[in-house]
Amino acid sequence: MTTSASAAEKAAASRRKKRSDRSRSEGRLGWYLAGPAFVIMLLVTLYPILQALWDSLFSLRLTAPDETELIWFRNYQVVLGDPTFWQSLWVTVLITAITVAIELVLGFILAMVMHRAATKLRGIVRTAILVPYGIVTVVSAFAWFYAFDINSGGYINNWFDWLPGITEDLNWFAGQGTSLFVIIASEIWKTTPFISLLLLSGLAQVPGELEEAARVDGATGSQVLRRVILPNMKAAIMVAVLFRALEAFRIFDNVYIMTNGANNTEVLSLLAYNTSIGRLEIGLGSAISVLLFLCVLIIAFIAIKGFKVDLAGTRGER
Amino acid sequence: MGAMSTKQKIGWIAITVVVLLWSLFPVVSILMTSFKTQAGLFSGRFLPPEWTLENYETILAPGGSAQDLFLPALRNSIGISLISTFVAVVLAMFCAYAIARLDFRGKKLILTTALAVSVFPVVSIVTPLFNLWRTIGLYDTWIGLIIPYLSLTLPISIWTMTAFFRQIPWELEQAAQVDGATPFQAFRKAVVPLAAPGVFTTAIIAFFIAWNDFVYGISLTSTEAARPVPAALSFFTGASQFEEPTGAISAAAIVVTVPIVIVVLIFQRRIVSGLTQGAVKG
Repeated sequence: MTTSASAAEKAAASRRKKRSDRSRSEGRLGWYLAGPAFVIMLLVTLYPILQALWDSLFSLRLTAPDETELIWFRNYQVVLGDPTFWQSLWVTVLITAITVAIELVLGFILAMVMHRAATKLRGIVRTAILVPYGIVTVVSAFAWFYAFDINSGGYINNWFDWLPGITEDLNWFAGQGTSLFVIIASEIWKTTPFISLLLLSGLAQVPGELEEAARVDGATGSQVLRRVILPNMKAAIMVAVLFRALEAFRIFDNVYIMTNGANNTEVLSLLAYNTSIGRLEIGLGSAISVLLFLCVLIIAFIAIKGFKVDLAGTRGER
Repeated sequence: MGAMSTKQKIGWIAITVVVLLWSLFPVVSILMTSFKTQAGLFSGRFLPPEWTLENYETILAPGGSAQDLFLPALRNSIGISLISTFVAVVLAMFCAYAIARLDFRGKKLILTTALAVSVFPVVSIVTPLFNLWRTIGLYDTWIGLIIPYLSLTLPISIWTMTAFFRQIPWELEQAAQVDGATPFQAFRKAVVPLAAPGVFTTAIIAFFIAWNDFVYGISLTSTEAARPVPAALSFFTGASQFEEPTGAISAAAIVVTVPIVIVVLIFQRRIVSGLTQGAVKG
Protein backbone atom coordinates (compact mmCIF):
# COMPACT_ATOMS: atom_id res chain seq x y z
CA MET A 1 0.00 0.00 0.00
CA THR A 2 2.90 2.31 0.73
CA THR A 3 4.17 1.64 -2.76
CA SER A 4 0.88 2.59 -4.38
CA ALA A 5 0.80 5.80 -2.38
CA SER A 6 4.32 6.69 -3.37
CA ALA A 7 3.56 5.66 -6.96
CA ALA A 8 0.65 8.05 -6.94
CA GLU A 9 2.96 10.60 -5.47
CA LYS A 10 5.47 10.09 -8.27
CA ALA A 11 2.78 10.18 -10.92
CA ALA A 12 1.44 13.37 -9.46
CA ALA A 13 4.94 14.76 -9.32
CA SER A 14 5.70 13.88 -12.94
CA ARG A 15 2.55 15.57 -14.15
CA ARG A 16 3.73 18.65 -12.42
CA LYS A 17 7.22 18.79 -13.88
CA LYS A 18 6.36 21.78 -16.00
CA ARG A 19 4.86 23.64 -13.12
CA SER A 20 6.83 25.84 -10.83
CA ASP A 21 9.02 24.54 -8.03
CA ARG A 22 6.72 26.06 -5.47
CA SER A 23 3.62 24.21 -6.56
CA ARG A 24 5.62 21.02 -6.87
CA SER A 25 6.83 21.23 -3.31
CA GLU A 26 3.30 22.12 -2.24
CA GLY A 27 2.05 18.94 -3.87
CA ARG A 28 4.71 16.92 -2.13
CA LEU A 29 3.89 18.49 1.21
CA GLY A 30 0.23 17.77 0.55
CA TRP A 31 0.89 14.08 0.15
CA TYR A 32 3.27 13.98 3.10
CA LEU A 33 0.52 15.43 5.28
CA ALA A 34 -2.45 13.58 3.84
CA GLY A 35 -0.67 10.37 2.92
CA PRO A 36 -0.54 8.65 6.32
CA ALA A 37 -4.28 8.97 6.93
CA PHE A 38 -4.98 7.85 3.37
CA VAL A 39 -2.69 4.82 3.61
CA ILE A 40 -4.15 3.75 6.97
CA MET A 41 -7.70 3.99 5.68
CA LEU A 42 -6.77 1.81 2.73
CA LEU A 43 -4.79 -0.65 4.84
CA VAL A 44 -7.57 -1.13 7.33
CA THR A 45 -10.38 -1.53 4.84
CA LEU A 46 -9.03 -2.41 1.42
CA TYR A 47 -7.14 -5.45 2.63
CA PRO A 48 -10.10 -6.96 4.54
CA ILE A 49 -12.45 -6.35 1.63
CA LEU A 50 -10.11 -8.01 -0.85
CA GLN A 51 -9.53 -10.83 1.62
CA ALA A 52 -13.29 -11.27 2.07
CA LEU A 53 -13.72 -11.43 -1.70
CA TRP A 54 -10.94 -14.02 -1.90
CA ASP A 55 -12.17 -16.09 1.08
CA SER A 56 -15.66 -16.17 -0.35
CA LEU A 57 -14.37 -18.32 -3.22
CA PHE A 58 -13.12 -21.07 -0.89
CA SER A 59 -14.78 -23.75 1.16
CA LEU A 60 -13.02 -22.34 4.19
CA ARG A 61 -14.02 -23.61 7.59
CA LEU A 62 -11.82 -22.94 10.59
CA THR A 63 -13.14 -26.15 12.16
CA ALA A 64 -11.65 -28.11 9.26
CA PRO A 65 -8.80 -25.98 7.88
CA ASP A 66 -7.20 -28.86 5.97
CA GLU A 67 -10.19 -29.31 3.71
CA THR A 68 -9.91 -25.82 2.23
CA GLU A 69 -10.62 -25.90 -1.46
CA LEU A 70 -11.23 -23.35 -4.20
CA ILE A 71 -14.88 -23.71 -5.10
CA TRP A 72 -15.37 -20.43 -7.01
CA PHE A 73 -18.89 -19.15 -6.68
CA ARG A 74 -20.45 -22.12 -4.95
CA ASN A 75 -20.60 -20.24 -1.63
CA TYR A 76 -22.70 -17.59 -3.34
CA GLN A 77 -24.85 -20.30 -4.85
CA VAL A 78 -25.38 -21.79 -1.40
CA VAL A 79 -26.12 -18.41 0.20
CA LEU A 80 -28.46 -17.21 -2.54
CA GLY A 81 -30.23 -20.56 -2.56
CA ASP A 82 -30.78 -20.49 1.19
CA PRO A 83 -34.14 -19.15 2.41
CA THR A 84 -32.35 -17.93 5.58
CA PHE A 85 -30.46 -15.38 3.51
CA TRP A 86 -33.59 -14.05 1.80
CA GLN A 87 -35.40 -13.94 5.14
CA SER A 88 -32.52 -11.90 6.62
CA LEU A 89 -32.42 -9.60 3.61
CA TRP A 90 -36.16 -9.02 3.85
CA VAL A 91 -35.99 -8.26 7.59
CA THR A 92 -33.07 -5.89 7.01
CA VAL A 93 -34.87 -4.05 4.21
CA LEU A 94 -38.02 -3.85 6.32
CA ILE A 95 -36.16 -2.41 9.33
CA THR A 96 -34.30 0.06 7.10
CA ALA A 97 -37.43 1.27 5.29
CA ILE A 98 -39.54 1.70 8.44
CA THR A 99 -36.85 3.34 10.58
CA VAL A 100 -35.72 5.76 7.88
CA ALA A 101 -39.29 6.78 7.01
CA ILE A 102 -40.31 7.38 10.62
CA GLU A 103 -37.01 9.00 11.56
CA LEU A 104 -37.25 11.43 8.66
CA VAL A 105 -40.63 12.72 9.84
CA LEU A 106 -39.76 12.64 13.54
CA GLY A 107 -36.30 14.05 12.90
CA PHE A 108 -37.80 16.93 10.94
CA ILE A 109 -40.20 17.74 13.76
CA LEU A 110 -37.35 17.64 16.31
CA ALA A 111 -35.18 19.77 14.03
CA MET A 112 -37.99 22.33 13.81
CA VAL A 113 -38.25 22.28 17.59
CA MET A 114 -34.49 22.82 17.95
CA HIS A 115 -34.57 25.52 15.27
CA ARG A 116 -37.48 27.46 16.68
CA ALA A 117 -37.08 26.81 20.39
CA ALA A 118 -37.19 29.92 22.51
CA THR A 119 -33.72 31.04 23.49
CA LYS A 120 -34.22 30.15 27.14
CA LEU A 121 -35.27 26.59 26.36
CA ARG A 122 -32.89 26.00 23.47
CA GLY A 123 -30.05 24.62 25.58
CA ILE A 124 -32.25 22.13 27.42
CA VAL A 125 -34.08 21.05 24.26
CA ARG A 126 -30.92 20.53 22.24
CA THR A 127 -29.16 18.62 25.01
CA ALA A 128 -32.18 16.40 25.59
CA ILE A 129 -32.54 15.63 21.89
CA LEU A 130 -28.83 14.78 21.64
CA VAL A 131 -28.72 12.47 24.66
CA PRO A 132 -29.97 9.30 22.92
CA TYR A 133 -27.32 9.78 20.24
CA GLY A 134 -24.58 9.90 22.85
CA ILE A 135 -25.69 6.69 24.52
CA VAL A 136 -23.93 3.49 23.56
CA THR A 137 -26.21 1.45 21.28
CA VAL A 138 -25.72 -1.64 23.42
CA VAL A 139 -26.92 0.29 26.47
CA SER A 140 -29.98 1.61 24.70
CA ALA A 141 -30.71 -1.90 23.44
CA PHE A 142 -30.66 -3.17 27.04
CA ALA A 143 -32.87 -0.28 28.19
CA TRP A 144 -35.55 -1.15 25.64
CA PHE A 145 -35.12 -4.86 26.19
CA TYR A 146 -35.66 -4.61 29.96
CA ALA A 147 -38.65 -2.31 29.58
CA PHE A 148 -40.43 -4.85 27.39
CA ASP A 149 -39.05 -8.23 28.50
CA ILE A 150 -41.43 -10.00 30.88
CA ASN A 151 -38.71 -12.41 32.02
CA SER A 152 -36.71 -9.56 33.53
CA GLY A 153 -39.67 -7.63 34.85
CA GLY A 154 -40.57 -5.24 32.05
CA TYR A 155 -43.15 -2.65 33.05
CA ILE A 156 -44.49 -1.85 29.57
CA ASN A 157 -47.22 -4.51 29.77
CA ASN A 158 -48.37 -3.15 33.15
CA TRP A 159 -48.51 0.39 31.87
CA PHE A 160 -50.19 -0.22 28.57
CA ASP A 161 -52.56 -3.07 29.39
CA TRP A 162 -55.45 -0.73 28.53
CA LEU A 163 -54.37 -0.88 24.89
CA PRO A 164 -56.04 -3.62 22.84
CA GLY A 165 -53.69 -6.55 22.31
CA ILE A 166 -51.44 -5.84 25.29
CA THR A 167 -51.92 -8.14 28.24
CA GLU A 168 -49.86 -8.62 31.35
CA ASP A 169 -48.22 -11.78 30.06
CA LEU A 170 -47.59 -10.67 26.48
CA ASN A 171 -44.09 -11.88 25.61
CA TRP A 172 -42.75 -9.33 23.14
CA PHE A 173 -39.69 -11.39 22.28
CA ALA A 174 -41.59 -14.57 21.46
CA GLY A 175 -42.76 -13.53 18.01
CA GLN A 176 -41.29 -11.90 14.92
CA GLY A 177 -43.68 -8.96 14.66
CA THR A 178 -43.48 -7.87 18.29
CA SER A 179 -39.69 -8.41 18.46
CA LEU A 180 -39.20 -6.30 15.34
CA PHE A 181 -41.47 -3.64 16.83
CA VAL A 182 -39.19 -3.25 19.88
CA ILE A 183 -36.01 -3.43 17.78
CA ILE A 184 -37.30 -0.75 15.40
CA ALA A 185 -38.54 1.45 18.26
CA SER A 186 -35.16 1.34 19.99
CA GLU A 187 -33.35 2.04 16.73
CA ILE A 188 -35.59 5.04 16.06
CA TRP A 189 -35.07 6.38 19.57
CA LYS A 190 -31.31 5.98 19.33
CA THR A 191 -30.65 7.46 15.89
CA THR A 192 -33.34 10.09 15.25
CA PRO A 193 -31.02 12.75 16.77
CA PHE A 194 -28.57 12.06 13.97
CA ILE A 195 -31.18 12.89 11.31
CA SER A 196 -32.38 15.88 13.36
CA LEU A 197 -28.87 17.32 13.49
CA LEU A 198 -28.42 17.10 9.74
CA LEU A 199 -31.90 18.51 9.08
CA LEU A 200 -31.25 21.30 11.58
CA SER A 201 -28.24 22.38 9.57
CA GLY A 202 -30.42 22.23 6.47
CA LEU A 203 -33.05 24.41 8.14
CA ALA A 204 -30.39 26.92 9.02
CA GLN A 205 -29.57 27.20 5.33
CA VAL A 206 -33.10 28.18 4.31
CA PRO A 207 -32.97 31.93 3.67
CA GLY A 208 -35.13 33.64 6.27
CA GLU A 209 -36.14 36.40 3.83
CA LEU A 210 -37.73 33.87 1.48
CA GLU A 211 -39.84 32.51 4.29
CA GLU A 212 -40.86 36.00 5.39
CA ALA A 213 -41.71 37.02 1.84
CA ALA A 214 -43.90 33.96 1.35
CA ARG A 215 -45.72 34.70 4.59
CA VAL A 216 -46.24 38.34 3.66
CA ASP A 217 -47.72 37.15 0.37
CA GLY A 218 -50.26 35.23 2.43
CA ALA A 219 -48.90 31.69 2.16
CA THR A 220 -50.13 29.30 4.83
CA GLY A 221 -47.76 27.42 7.10
CA SER A 222 -47.95 24.22 5.07
CA GLN A 223 -47.44 26.13 1.80
CA VAL A 224 -44.30 27.73 3.19
CA LEU A 225 -43.13 24.32 4.30
CA ARG A 226 -43.73 22.64 0.92
CA ARG A 227 -42.72 25.46 -1.41
CA VAL A 228 -39.94 27.22 0.47
CA ILE A 229 -38.48 25.20 3.33
CA LEU A 230 -38.35 21.66 1.91
CA PRO A 231 -36.96 22.52 -1.56
CA ASN A 232 -34.17 24.52 0.06
CA MET A 233 -33.26 21.61 2.32
CA LYS A 234 -32.95 19.02 -0.41
CA ALA A 235 -29.23 18.48 0.05
CA ALA A 236 -29.52 18.11 3.80
CA ILE A 237 -32.42 15.68 3.46
CA MET A 238 -30.45 13.63 0.96
CA VAL A 239 -27.39 13.35 3.18
CA ALA A 240 -29.57 12.49 6.18
CA VAL A 241 -31.54 9.81 4.35
CA LEU A 242 -28.49 8.33 2.66
CA PHE A 243 -26.35 8.04 5.76
CA ARG A 244 -29.19 6.81 7.92
CA ALA A 245 -30.21 4.21 5.34
CA LEU A 246 -26.62 2.96 5.13
CA GLU A 247 -26.42 2.79 8.91
CA ALA A 248 -29.81 1.14 9.30
CA PHE A 249 -28.94 -1.48 6.72
CA ARG A 250 -25.94 -2.47 8.81
CA ILE A 251 -27.98 -2.76 12.03
CA PHE A 252 -26.40 -5.27 14.41
CA ASP A 253 -26.11 -4.30 18.08
CA ASN A 254 -29.82 -4.03 18.97
CA VAL A 255 -30.71 -7.30 17.32
CA TYR A 256 -27.75 -9.13 18.84
CA ILE A 257 -28.71 -7.97 22.34
CA MET A 258 -32.48 -8.32 22.14
CA THR A 259 -33.17 -11.49 20.17
CA ASN A 260 -29.83 -12.65 18.77
CA GLY A 261 -31.76 -13.44 15.62
CA ALA A 262 -34.46 -15.61 17.20
CA ASN A 263 -37.96 -15.70 15.66
CA ASN A 264 -36.78 -14.66 12.20
CA THR A 265 -35.29 -11.37 13.32
CA GLU A 266 -31.82 -12.22 12.04
CA VAL A 267 -30.57 -9.25 10.02
CA LEU A 268 -27.87 -9.55 7.35
CA SER A 269 -25.03 -8.31 9.58
CA LEU A 270 -25.97 -10.81 12.25
CA LEU A 271 -26.23 -13.64 9.72
CA ALA A 272 -22.75 -12.79 8.41
CA TYR A 273 -21.42 -12.55 11.95
CA ASN A 274 -22.98 -15.80 13.14
CA THR A 275 -21.77 -17.63 10.06
CA SER A 276 -18.15 -16.49 10.18
CA ILE A 277 -17.37 -15.71 13.79
CA GLY A 278 -19.97 -17.94 15.40
CA ARG A 279 -19.79 -21.06 13.24
CA LEU A 280 -16.32 -20.34 11.80
CA GLU A 281 -17.63 -20.93 8.27
CA ILE A 282 -15.33 -18.26 6.89
CA GLY A 283 -16.03 -18.95 3.21
CA LEU A 284 -19.81 -18.75 3.52
CA GLY A 285 -19.64 -15.84 5.94
CA SER A 286 -17.40 -13.90 3.57
CA ALA A 287 -19.86 -14.46 0.75
CA ILE A 288 -22.64 -13.01 2.93
CA SER A 289 -20.40 -10.05 3.86
CA VAL A 290 -19.68 -9.34 0.20
CA LEU A 291 -23.40 -9.48 -0.61
CA LEU A 292 -24.09 -7.13 2.31
CA PHE A 293 -21.47 -4.74 0.96
CA LEU A 294 -23.05 -4.89 -2.52
CA CYS A 295 -26.46 -4.05 -1.02
CA VAL A 296 -24.97 -1.01 0.75
CA LEU A 297 -23.39 0.15 -2.52
CA ILE A 298 -26.74 -0.23 -4.32
CA ILE A 299 -28.48 1.86 -1.64
CA ALA A 300 -25.84 4.58 -1.94
CA PHE A 301 -26.16 4.54 -5.73
CA ILE A 302 -29.97 4.74 -5.70
CA ALA A 303 -29.97 7.54 -3.13
CA ILE A 304 -27.42 9.62 -5.01
CA LYS A 305 -29.16 9.09 -8.37
CA GLY A 306 -32.61 9.56 -6.87
CA PHE A 307 -31.85 12.89 -5.25
CA LYS A 308 -29.66 14.12 -8.10
CA VAL A 309 -27.38 15.87 -5.64
CA ASP A 310 -23.62 15.87 -5.94
CA LEU A 311 -22.55 14.09 -2.78
CA ALA A 312 -19.04 15.48 -2.70
CA GLY A 313 -20.50 18.93 -3.07
CA THR A 314 -22.92 18.56 -0.22
CA ARG A 315 -20.32 17.13 2.10
CA GLY A 316 -18.19 20.20 2.29
CA GLU A 317 -16.25 20.31 -0.95
CA ARG A 318 -16.35 23.47 -2.96
CA MET B 1 -37.92 36.19 17.77
CA GLY B 2 -39.99 38.85 19.49
CA ALA B 3 -41.70 38.65 22.83
CA MET B 4 -43.88 35.58 23.20
CA SER B 5 -47.50 35.53 24.19
CA THR B 6 -48.47 33.45 27.20
CA LYS B 7 -50.06 30.95 24.85
CA GLN B 8 -46.80 30.51 22.93
CA LYS B 9 -44.87 30.19 26.15
CA ILE B 10 -47.11 27.41 27.39
CA GLY B 11 -46.87 25.75 24.01
CA TRP B 12 -43.09 25.76 24.12
CA ILE B 13 -42.99 24.46 27.65
CA ALA B 14 -45.34 21.64 26.64
CA ILE B 15 -43.15 20.77 23.63
CA THR B 16 -40.05 20.82 25.82
CA VAL B 17 -41.65 18.45 28.30
CA VAL B 18 -42.60 16.03 25.52
CA VAL B 19 -39.07 16.18 24.08
CA LEU B 20 -37.54 15.61 27.51
CA LEU B 21 -39.81 12.61 28.14
CA TRP B 22 -39.03 11.12 24.74
CA SER B 23 -35.27 11.56 25.06
CA LEU B 24 -34.66 10.82 28.68
CA PHE B 25 -37.31 8.26 29.58
CA PRO B 26 -35.36 5.16 28.51
CA VAL B 27 -32.31 6.46 30.37
CA VAL B 28 -34.30 7.07 33.55
CA SER B 29 -35.89 3.66 33.06
CA ILE B 30 -32.52 1.92 33.08
CA LEU B 31 -31.43 4.08 36.03
CA MET B 32 -34.45 2.86 37.99
CA THR B 33 -33.71 -0.75 37.05
CA SER B 34 -30.19 -0.32 38.36
CA PHE B 35 -31.58 0.50 41.83
CA LYS B 36 -33.91 -2.50 41.99
CA THR B 37 -33.31 -5.57 44.10
CA GLN B 38 -33.53 -8.98 42.46
CA ALA B 39 -37.10 -9.27 43.74
CA GLY B 40 -37.90 -5.72 42.72
CA LEU B 41 -36.95 -6.52 39.14
CA PHE B 42 -40.00 -8.68 38.77
CA SER B 43 -42.45 -6.21 40.24
CA GLY B 44 -43.24 -4.98 36.75
CA ARG B 45 -43.08 -1.49 38.18
CA PHE B 46 -41.11 1.49 36.93
CA LEU B 47 -39.88 2.75 40.30
CA PRO B 48 -37.96 0.31 42.50
CA PRO B 49 -40.24 -0.96 45.30
CA GLU B 50 -37.08 -1.09 47.40
CA TRP B 51 -33.96 0.95 46.61
CA THR B 52 -30.55 -0.77 46.66
CA LEU B 53 -26.94 -0.14 45.66
CA GLU B 54 -26.30 -3.87 45.42
CA ASN B 55 -26.02 -3.78 41.62
CA TYR B 56 -23.34 -1.10 41.73
CA GLU B 57 -21.47 -3.18 44.29
CA THR B 58 -21.65 -6.16 41.94
CA ILE B 59 -19.78 -4.33 39.21
CA LEU B 60 -17.57 -1.92 41.16
CA ALA B 61 -16.84 -3.19 44.67
CA PRO B 62 -13.97 -5.57 45.31
CA GLY B 63 -15.47 -9.04 45.48
CA GLY B 64 -18.48 -8.07 43.38
CA SER B 65 -19.29 -10.95 41.06
CA ALA B 66 -19.14 -8.92 37.84
CA GLN B 67 -16.28 -6.71 38.98
CA ASP B 68 -13.66 -8.83 37.22
CA LEU B 69 -15.56 -8.44 33.99
CA PHE B 70 -16.54 -4.79 34.24
CA LEU B 71 -13.51 -2.94 35.62
CA PRO B 72 -10.94 -4.32 33.14
CA ALA B 73 -13.44 -3.63 30.35
CA LEU B 74 -13.86 -0.07 31.55
CA ARG B 75 -10.09 0.40 31.61
CA ASN B 76 -9.79 -1.12 28.11
CA SER B 77 -12.60 1.01 26.72
CA ILE B 78 -11.20 4.25 28.08
CA GLY B 79 -7.63 3.46 27.00
CA ILE B 80 -8.43 2.12 23.56
CA SER B 81 -10.96 4.86 22.76
CA LEU B 82 -8.62 7.64 23.91
CA ILE B 83 -5.64 6.30 21.94
CA SER B 84 -7.61 5.71 18.76
CA THR B 85 -9.22 9.13 19.08
CA PHE B 86 -5.82 10.76 19.51
CA VAL B 87 -4.23 8.94 16.56
CA ALA B 88 -7.23 9.56 14.29
CA VAL B 89 -7.44 13.23 15.17
CA VAL B 90 -3.72 13.87 14.65
CA LEU B 91 -3.61 12.04 11.30
CA ALA B 92 -6.89 13.57 10.14
CA MET B 93 -5.71 17.02 11.18
CA PHE B 94 -2.69 16.89 8.88
CA CYS B 95 -4.80 15.36 6.13
CA ALA B 96 -7.58 17.93 6.43
CA TYR B 97 -5.06 20.76 6.54
CA ALA B 98 -3.53 19.56 3.29
CA ILE B 99 -6.92 19.19 1.62
CA ALA B 100 -8.26 22.53 2.80
CA ARG B 101 -5.11 24.51 2.28
CA LEU B 102 -2.72 23.06 -0.27
CA ASP B 103 -3.14 22.60 -3.97
CA PHE B 104 -2.27 19.06 -4.96
CA ARG B 105 -3.62 16.27 -7.08
CA GLY B 106 -5.47 13.50 -5.32
CA LYS B 107 -7.56 15.62 -2.94
CA LYS B 108 -10.78 14.33 -4.44
CA LEU B 109 -9.40 10.79 -4.30
CA ILE B 110 -8.70 11.10 -0.57
CA LEU B 111 -12.14 12.51 0.21
CA THR B 112 -13.86 9.88 -1.89
CA THR B 113 -11.82 7.11 -0.29
CA ALA B 114 -12.79 8.40 3.16
CA LEU B 115 -16.43 8.30 2.14
CA ALA B 116 -16.09 4.81 0.69
CA VAL B 117 -14.35 3.56 3.83
CA SER B 118 -17.19 4.83 5.99
CA VAL B 119 -19.81 2.91 3.98
CA PHE B 120 -18.04 -0.45 4.30
CA PRO B 121 -20.16 -2.60 6.59
CA VAL B 122 -18.11 -3.35 9.69
CA VAL B 123 -19.25 -6.97 9.52
CA SER B 124 -17.66 -7.32 6.07
CA ILE B 125 -14.34 -6.14 7.46
CA VAL B 126 -14.36 -8.06 10.69
CA THR B 127 -13.99 -11.63 9.40
CA PRO B 128 -10.74 -11.08 7.47
CA LEU B 129 -9.38 -9.05 10.38
CA PHE B 130 -10.34 -11.84 12.78
CA ASN B 131 -8.24 -14.29 10.73
CA LEU B 132 -5.33 -11.94 10.17
CA TRP B 133 -5.21 -10.83 13.80
CA ARG B 134 -5.13 -14.47 14.94
CA THR B 135 -2.28 -15.19 12.54
CA ILE B 136 -0.09 -12.22 13.44
CA GLY B 137 -0.95 -12.14 17.12
CA LEU B 138 -2.98 -8.95 17.32
CA TYR B 139 -6.12 -10.84 18.37
CA ASP B 140 -7.29 -9.78 21.82
CA THR B 141 -4.82 -6.89 22.12
CA TRP B 142 -5.30 -3.13 22.42
CA ILE B 143 -3.59 -2.47 19.10
CA GLY B 144 -5.84 -5.08 17.53
CA LEU B 145 -8.79 -2.83 18.33
CA ILE B 146 -7.13 0.54 17.85
CA ILE B 147 -6.31 -0.16 14.19
CA PRO B 148 -9.86 -1.10 13.15
CA TYR B 149 -11.26 1.81 15.18
CA LEU B 150 -9.19 4.10 12.96
CA SER B 151 -11.26 2.91 10.00
CA LEU B 152 -14.34 4.18 11.84
CA THR B 153 -12.93 7.44 13.17
CA LEU B 154 -10.57 8.62 10.41
CA PRO B 155 -13.10 9.23 7.60
CA ILE B 156 -15.53 11.34 9.61
CA SER B 157 -12.62 13.18 11.26
CA ILE B 158 -11.16 14.06 7.88
CA TRP B 159 -14.49 15.32 6.56
CA THR B 160 -15.38 17.32 9.65
CA MET B 161 -11.99 18.94 10.01
CA THR B 162 -11.71 19.76 6.31
CA ALA B 163 -14.98 21.66 6.64
CA PHE B 164 -13.65 23.47 9.72
CA PHE B 165 -10.28 24.30 8.21
CA ARG B 166 -11.93 25.85 5.14
CA GLN B 167 -13.32 28.60 7.34
CA ILE B 168 -9.97 29.66 8.71
CA PRO B 169 -8.66 32.97 7.36
CA TRP B 170 -5.43 31.79 5.80
CA GLU B 171 -3.95 35.30 5.41
CA LEU B 172 -2.70 34.88 8.97
CA GLU B 173 -0.57 31.94 7.97
CA GLN B 174 0.80 33.81 4.96
CA ALA B 175 1.61 36.74 7.21
CA ALA B 176 3.51 34.41 9.52
CA GLN B 177 5.44 33.00 6.57
CA VAL B 178 6.25 36.48 5.33
CA ASP B 179 7.57 37.23 8.81
CA GLY B 180 10.04 34.40 8.32
CA ALA B 181 8.28 31.41 9.81
CA THR B 182 8.68 28.06 8.09
CA PRO B 183 5.46 26.50 6.76
CA PHE B 184 5.36 24.20 9.78
CA GLN B 185 5.87 27.04 12.22
CA ALA B 186 3.17 29.03 10.46
CA PHE B 187 0.86 26.04 10.71
CA ARG B 188 1.58 25.54 14.38
CA LYS B 189 1.49 29.17 15.49
CA ALA B 190 -1.20 30.67 13.25
CA VAL B 191 -3.47 27.85 12.25
CA VAL B 192 -3.57 25.47 15.18
CA PRO B 193 -5.05 27.97 17.66
CA LEU B 194 -7.83 28.87 15.24
CA ALA B 195 -8.42 25.26 14.35
CA ALA B 196 -8.54 24.11 17.96
CA PRO B 197 -12.35 24.23 18.37
CA GLY B 198 -12.80 22.16 15.23
CA VAL B 199 -10.18 19.66 16.31
CA PHE B 200 -11.83 19.45 19.69
CA THR B 201 -15.30 18.80 18.26
CA THR B 202 -13.89 16.17 15.94
CA ALA B 203 -12.18 14.50 18.87
CA ILE B 204 -15.47 14.26 20.75
CA ILE B 205 -17.23 12.70 17.78
CA ALA B 206 -14.35 10.26 17.21
CA PHE B 207 -14.37 9.30 20.88
CA PHE B 208 -18.12 8.64 20.78
CA ILE B 209 -17.69 6.39 17.77
CA ALA B 210 -14.87 4.36 19.35
CA TRP B 211 -16.68 4.19 22.70
CA ASN B 212 -19.84 2.96 20.97
CA ASP B 213 -18.26 0.16 18.94
CA PHE B 214 -19.63 -3.30 19.57
CA VAL B 215 -18.91 -5.54 16.57
CA TYR B 216 -15.12 -5.19 16.65
CA GLY B 217 -15.23 -5.41 20.42
CA ILE B 218 -16.94 -8.79 20.57
CA SER B 219 -15.23 -10.23 17.48
CA LEU B 220 -11.61 -9.30 17.98
CA THR B 221 -11.27 -9.91 21.70
CA SER B 222 -11.74 -12.95 23.90
CA THR B 223 -10.51 -12.01 27.36
CA GLU B 224 -10.29 -9.09 29.71
CA ALA B 225 -6.97 -8.19 28.07
CA ALA B 226 -8.75 -6.02 25.53
CA ARG B 227 -12.51 -6.54 25.76
CA PRO B 228 -14.27 -3.14 25.81
CA VAL B 229 -17.37 -2.27 27.85
CA PRO B 230 -20.09 -2.75 25.19
CA ALA B 231 -18.81 -6.28 24.54
CA ALA B 232 -18.40 -7.03 28.24
CA LEU B 233 -22.01 -6.00 28.90
CA SER B 234 -23.20 -8.78 26.64
CA PHE B 235 -21.10 -11.29 28.60
CA PHE B 236 -22.62 -10.53 31.99
CA THR B 237 -24.26 -13.51 33.63
CA GLY B 238 -26.51 -13.77 36.65
CA ALA B 239 -25.61 -15.30 40.00
CA SER B 240 -27.16 -18.54 38.76
CA GLN B 241 -28.23 -19.67 35.33
CA PHE B 242 -31.84 -18.94 36.25
CA GLU B 243 -31.09 -15.40 37.28
CA GLU B 244 -30.94 -12.70 34.64
CA PRO B 245 -28.09 -10.21 35.20
CA THR B 246 -30.53 -7.35 34.59
CA GLY B 247 -29.57 -5.28 37.62
CA ALA B 248 -25.80 -5.51 37.12
CA ILE B 249 -26.06 -4.72 33.40
CA SER B 250 -28.24 -1.70 34.17
CA ALA B 251 -25.80 -0.42 36.76
CA ALA B 252 -22.89 -0.89 34.33
CA ALA B 253 -24.89 0.83 31.60
CA ILE B 254 -25.43 3.82 33.88
CA VAL B 255 -21.74 3.97 34.82
CA VAL B 256 -20.71 4.13 31.14
CA THR B 257 -23.52 6.53 30.22
CA VAL B 258 -22.89 9.17 32.88
CA PRO B 259 -19.63 10.47 31.35
CA ILE B 260 -21.21 10.60 27.90
CA VAL B 261 -24.22 12.56 29.14
CA ILE B 262 -21.93 14.99 30.94
CA VAL B 263 -19.91 15.45 27.76
CA VAL B 264 -23.09 16.11 25.77
CA LEU B 265 -24.31 18.58 28.40
CA ILE B 266 -21.08 20.54 28.42
CA PHE B 267 -20.34 20.53 24.73
CA GLN B 268 -23.76 20.37 23.06
CA ARG B 269 -23.33 23.71 21.35
CA ARG B 270 -19.97 22.78 19.89
CA ILE B 271 -21.08 19.32 18.87
CA VAL B 272 -24.07 20.75 17.04
CA SER B 273 -22.08 23.31 15.11
CA GLY B 274 -19.25 20.88 14.47
CA LEU B 275 -21.43 18.06 13.17
CA THR B 276 -23.53 20.23 10.96
CA GLN B 277 -20.52 21.94 9.46
CA GLY B 278 -18.92 18.63 8.68
CA ALA B 279 -22.01 17.16 7.15
CA VAL B 280 -23.68 19.74 5.02
CA LYS B 281 -21.98 22.90 3.98
CA GLY B 282 -22.52 23.95 0.41
